[in-house]
Amino acid sequence: MAGEENILFHHAIRLGDDPLILAQRLSEWCGHAPMLEIDLALANIALDLFGQATHFLGLAGEVECKGRDADALAFHRDVLDFHNCLLVEQPNGDFAQTIARQFLFSNWQELLMHEIAAASELRLSAIGAKAVKEITYHARFANEWVVRLGDGTEESRARMIAGLEWMWRFTGELFDPVDGAASLKTEWDARIARTLAEAGLELPKPRRAAMGGRKGHHSEHLGHLLTEMQFLPRAYPGALW
Amino acid sequence: MSKEWPLWEVFVRARNGLSHKHAGSVHAADARMAIEAARDTYTRRMEGVSLWVVPSAAITASDPGEADALFEPASDKVYRHPTFYTIPEGVKNI
Repeated sequence: MAGEENILFHHAIRLGDDPLILAQRLSEWCGHAPMLEIDLALANIALDLFGQATHFLGLAGEVECKGRDADALAFHRDVLDFHNCLLVEQPNGDFAQTIARQFLFSNWQELLMHEIAAASELRLSAIGAKAVKEITYHARFANEWVVRLGDGTEESRARMIAGLEWMWRFTGELFDPVDGAASLKTEWDARIARTLAEAGLELPKPRRAAMGGRKGHHSEHLGHLLTEMQFLPRAYPGALW
Repeated sequence: MSKEWPLWEVFVRARNGLSHKHAGSVHAADARMAIEAARDTYTRRMEGVSLWVVPSAAITASDPGEADALFEPASDKVYRHPTFYTIPEGVKNI
């Protein structure tokens, strides 16, 4: 690949790996969510994210020209070759922890997709434009749940705080300058602060940011997730249903 | 927890120009959550362009015990159907 295509390939991989891994995480709720309605809501968000991952990884495969499609990239790469941020691979924990992750991620992803939708690369911008609408809803869903749990009972409030505490150290990585995402920080900070204020919650204290996902250095959680996600296509190559 | 969430009736407008039709119900803590649950439950296959949610408790239903008094009298009044008019030939869209 020429230099420019190489950059686009890696950019598309990062953009695709985030929704792919988060979608797989959210899917773990399927059949286990606290309410049927929540079960469906989380599964719907997961399906949106799988769709985005398919498009971005499909584009990466196209640019790479080695005959790898989105499925090959999703199911036949090993953990070191995944470049998703650490936030999305974090375990679901309880419902509040899942909401904390979604809240921090979707608000960031929405801002990012607005930028991608305005990108000069037409294939990227087309995917971004479609994704923005989906993510706007994800962010709305997560924001409302942060308020509901934070401003709810003593128990729900304590769980929401614990969930945010767990996820907070992984937010620094979102503004890694590698994709020019650093410029999103001010607007993201404002959004997060606004919803937390509405929820009557304080901003978690600054923590040393955990980084490395963009370079393939992951937490111990990703390997387990991939084992489950990749098992079938690896055990039964070419399986169809 | 589920027992604490009230039930909401969901009405979906399939297309502009059509009226909202009852689609089913969802559990939700408030109206906004009910709209989102309804969106995720009843419009995920492009079934609608607009949603109404109404607290199920706000609906007053007719009493099945009064069904005879309420509905029987209509059964022998077929003349209320507009089927006794001859339609002139050439009239379209009736």
